[in-house]
Amino acid sequence: MAVKKKDIWPWVYITPALLILIFFLVYPVINTFYISFFGKDSKSFVGLSNYIFAFTKKLMLIAFRNNLLWLVVFTIFTVSLGLIFAVLFDRVRYEAIAKSIIFLPMAISFVGAGVIWKFVYTYRPANSPQIGILNAVLSKFPNFEPIAWLVNRITNNFALIFVGIWIWVGFCMVILSAAYKGIPKELLEAARVDGATELQVFWRITIPMMKPTIAVVATTMIINVLKVFDIVYVMTNGEFGTEVIANRMYKEMFHFHDFGRASAIAVILLVVIIPIMIINIRRFREQEAMR
Amino acid sequence: MNKRATKICSRTILHVVIIFAGSIWLVPSLGLLVSSVRTRNDVLSSGWWTVFSHLLDFSQYSTENYSQVISASGMGRAFLNSLIITIPSTVITIMVAAFAAYAFARMEFSGRQILFAIVVGLLIVPIQMTLIPILRIYNKLGLAGTFYGIWLAHAGYGLPFAIFLLRNFFGSLPEDIFESAFLDGASHHTAFFRLALPLSVPALASLTIFQFLWCWNDLLVALIYLGGTEKVAPLTLRLSSLVNSLGQNWHLLTAAAFISMVLPLLVFFSLQRYFVRGILSGSIKG
Repeated sequence: MAVKKKDIWPWVYITPALLILIFFLVYPVINTFYISFFGKDSKSFVGLSNYIFAFTKKLMLIAFRNNLLWLVVFTIFTVSLGLIFAVLFDRVRYEAIAKSIIFLPMAISFVGAGVIWKFVYTYRPANSPQIGILNAVLSKFPNFEPIAWLVNRITNNFALIFVGIWIWVGFCMVILSAAYKGIPKELLEAARVDGATELQVFWRITIPMMKPTIAVVATTMIINVLKVFDIVYVMTNGEFGTEVIANRMYKEMFHFHDFGRASAIAVILLVVIIPIMIINIRRFREQEAMR
Repeated sequence: MNKRATKICSRTILHVVIIFAGSIWLVPSLGLLVSSVRTRNDVLSSGWWTVFSHLLDFSQYSTENYSQVISASGMGRAFLNSLIITIPSTVITIMVAAFAAYAFARMEFSGRQILFAIVVGLLIVPIQMTLIPILRIYNKLGLAGTFYGIWLAHAGYGLPFAIFLLRNFFGSLPEDIFESAFLDGASHHTAFFRLALPLSVPALASLTIFQFLWCWNDLLVALIYLGGTEKVAPLTLRLSSLVNSLGQNWHLLTAAAFISMVLPLLVFFSLQRYFVRGILSGSIKG
């Protein structure tokens, strides 16, 4: 660093950012934590009762169960499909077009994606023309009864999760594809020459070589999925057993005006994310150390 | 089977798998686009894919749905609101972030490391953690339901990622060009405006696209701080209330949804390179 004298300019440069960050992130986090121990209107101290509510009320438990389901299914599918697409597309000449198609949903809003898929899942009773393409395609099979995908309690959560997967696989694919192209080709070739099958190459070389990147992508997906809101809000609004934590928080805040409970739910969301934050900071430190 | 036949066979399977995956990703959007130019009766009585059996019969298409949602359903006004929200939000975020990122990357001051670590930590704060306190202050200050309020809020939520990305980029610029500039008597302002910013155009472009799409596609921030008033509601907010009010009127819903996607799709197709580069140079914010 060339200029070493003490001056005020660094502070002039960072003060606008610091003020905005304090106002919009630091102060609210502390305040939300504080009011989570107070009642509906933040006047009377209620101790842990908002948290007890959050961990015992049936609707909350459903939300936790669904977030867990999202966490597992969404993360596994986005990361593994992203990886599979990255590896498969690498072998064809129209790689760029194929990638663009998978990546496209990243550009549009979750609300827009919600409308697209609500239309795909549209249900009409049997014997009337199906205008939703999913039921229409499946109706070609004998004995298939059209399914109300977003109402049926067995299918609806998976139907919503698939919309999330459809949006985010492109993101995973782009990062994983860059990492895949970074693996020295001689390594893969050498294994093939030694008689390894494609599957062996994939499991024994590709995956171990890409492990750090896969971990990064998976962490990012986990942080995303915990906060899932828009898709559920637009497509079912948490009806029929599809509630998630973020939507529950919105309802407590805007429909029931219970700021204590809403804050407690937000705090839980943050606490779940903190371990992931620690991993991220550690990763950041390691990167710094390598500079 | 000999070796060559096996190879042809596995290549065929490869192409089939890729085309199948590609169509799952593309067909739903195609359905939206096709339905938005069909008449109400057509949309409700037959699947959108039936147009392919008489694709060139142009009498079946109309732009009626679009004119209806733009005026009667307020999507025109919402489009304008989205622009009014998104452009200043993006500009404010990037400007404030660029100054801070330069200070973190190239200036010396006490507390630099710890402050930057805090900024990185803030990347993970869920927006939900901030809604209630800010909304209360906004209500007191009369900022709720105004564009000023949402510009600042988007800046607040966008800053950690923007600072993180730009700081890393400024930090990776070659040291010696800065040193020779300082030796020639350049101040930090000169180095910032004449060296750091011009050299960072690719990073700034990626960041602009991200922040633009993030603000344009945001629902939650608008929902909380702008409320449901049609006068200020952006496209996402308007579209999500149309999903409830229009119900099964798919001919209108699909047109409205497509209007909300036009600009992001244009950005995507023209600037995809920067978009991808941005993703690769730092993970995305949530």
